[in-house]
Amino acid sequence: MTVARPRTLAEALGALEATPDAHLLAGGTDFMVEVNFGHRRPTDIVALRRVVELQGHEHADGHVTLGAMLTYAEIEADLAEDFPALAAAGRTVGSPQIRNAGTIGGNVGTASPAGDTLPLLVALDAEVDLAGPEGTRTVALDEFITGPKRTDRRPGEIITRVRVPRVTGPQQFLKIGTRNAMVISIACLALVLDLDARRVRCGLGSVGPRPLRPRAAEDFLSGEIDWDGPRAAPGAVRRFAELVAEACTPITDQRGTAEYRRHAAGVLARRAVERSLQS
Amino acid sequence: MTRTEITLSVNGCQHTLALDPRVTLLDALREVIGLTGAKKGCDRGECGTCTVLVDGRRVYACLTLAVMHDGATVTTVEGLADGTDLHPLQQAFISRDALQCGFCTPGQILSAIGLLAEGRATSEQEIREFMSGNLCRCGAYPNIVAAIRDVAGAQ
Ligand SMILES: Cc1cc2nc3c(=O)[nH]c(=O)nc-3n(C[C@H](O)[C@H](O)[C@H](O)COP(=O)(O)OP(=O)(O)OC[C@H]3O[C@@H](n4cnc5c(N)ncnc54)[C@H](O)[C@@H]3O)c2cc1C
Ligand code: FES
Ligand code: FES
Repeated sequence: MTVARPRTLAEALGALEATPDAHLLAGGTDFMVEVNFGHRRPTDIVALRRVVELQGHEHADGHVTLGAMLTYAEIEADLAEDFPALAAAGRTVGSPQIRNAGTIGGNVGTASPAGDTLPLLVALDAEVDLAGPEGTRTVALDEFITGPKRTDRRPGEIITRVRVPRVTGPQQFLKIGTRNAMVISIACLALVLDLDARRVRCGLGSVGPRPLRPRAAEDFLSGEIDWDGPRAAPGAVRRFAELVAEACTPITDQRGTAEYRRHAAGVLARRAVERSLQS
Repeated sequence: MTRTEITLSVNGCQHTLALDPRVTLLDALREVIGLTGAKKGCDRGECGTCTVLVDGRRVYACLTLAVMHDGATVTTVEGLADGTDLHPLQQAFISRDALQCGFCTPGQILSAIGLLAEGRATSEQEIREFMSGNLCRCGAYPNIVAAIRDVAGAQ
């Protein structure tokens, strides 16, 4: 096995070209579990840890770009003002040690239905920047994740940054698990009241093969909210919760049944709206 | 097999190692350098007993490759005491009887050092949340929290 440790994006792309079957390694918190237990026996690894272009975050016109190597600890420390729900989601990932290592690029790269940053990112219409042998491209995250642990990443491509539009208005992230820490979501939900566009934005995790946008529910509540408050009638909030539950396509696994997940998504939806209207 | 040469500063000692690149930092510490303070409980990031400091930050040594840390400074439980003077957290764990079998203790102490450096030990609730990456099968949690509070309060 070889481990390439490039310092620039050009070097990283060159290393991938030299060893086309190489596996990308970011913080290792998903990948190393598979290696330690023999589920994966990589012959070559390209480690992204030192690649300068993938670090940090930058404010640009109307959005913030997050470097693929941005860790959860950095998200919590540096992005709580721009994206409170992203910081809240980051704070629920694993443990402090996981959050010192795990990255946003890894969460997108793994594309688990339970990836905790993904509901907010899809709700905000985030986009993924990729660099590869044929140049760079930008894809909507919602399209990039094609199924459970499946993405539209092409051979030789590296996720370089995630572009997240800045939206004014309250944001919530809520997650259900068996305890408060070190737990993979049984269901999770991100909600944003986009005050400028007067739109409700919602993303759901762990209740379908990939992160979901409950569009019918969003459209319904966007029309019901009195945006000058913002306020909403309790009946409208209940209906929103029902529509969110209907949008779910959950499975039953060792963490929860499909029925429980659907119910939980509705409860989270109601709670998130109530908290957003209060705040 | 191709080996990769790296330098690690572990507890103040420079080590130049020629490693199989697939060796985790935990295995490098335990099997190559011979420091067995960091334990292997789960090898999958769930128990915390392998916690060490890399450049001052707490990480799971089982989930990272040693070759990723060329030039880094690593602290394990063996590097905490100053001669026979124990680190304040080591002393607090003894004074508070914060262990039973002791298997989790090195990881608990290194994690607590990381926690204090992060400024995250201001209340019992906060300590419990931010020590959630370290399990104790003996259930010494109340005394572990008390030991950390003692040191946090003294700082
Ligand atoms: C104990 C434990 C608890 C966890 N808890 C949670 C949790 O609560 N919520 C949650 O969402 N996740 C959780 N995870 C999963 C994991 O921590 C996250 O998915 C994390 O974001 C992965 O990032 P990483 O940098 O460690 O990725 P890695 O493990 O390094 O990589 C993950 C995958 O993404 C690919 N990849 C990484 N970077 C790039 C890139 N720049 N371009 C293209 N592909 C890339 C890799 O090739 C690999 O396939 C947990 C994991 C553990 C071990
Ligand atoms: S051995 Fe590393 S977390 Fe359990
Ligand atoms: S003292 Fe035995 S596991 Fe903690």
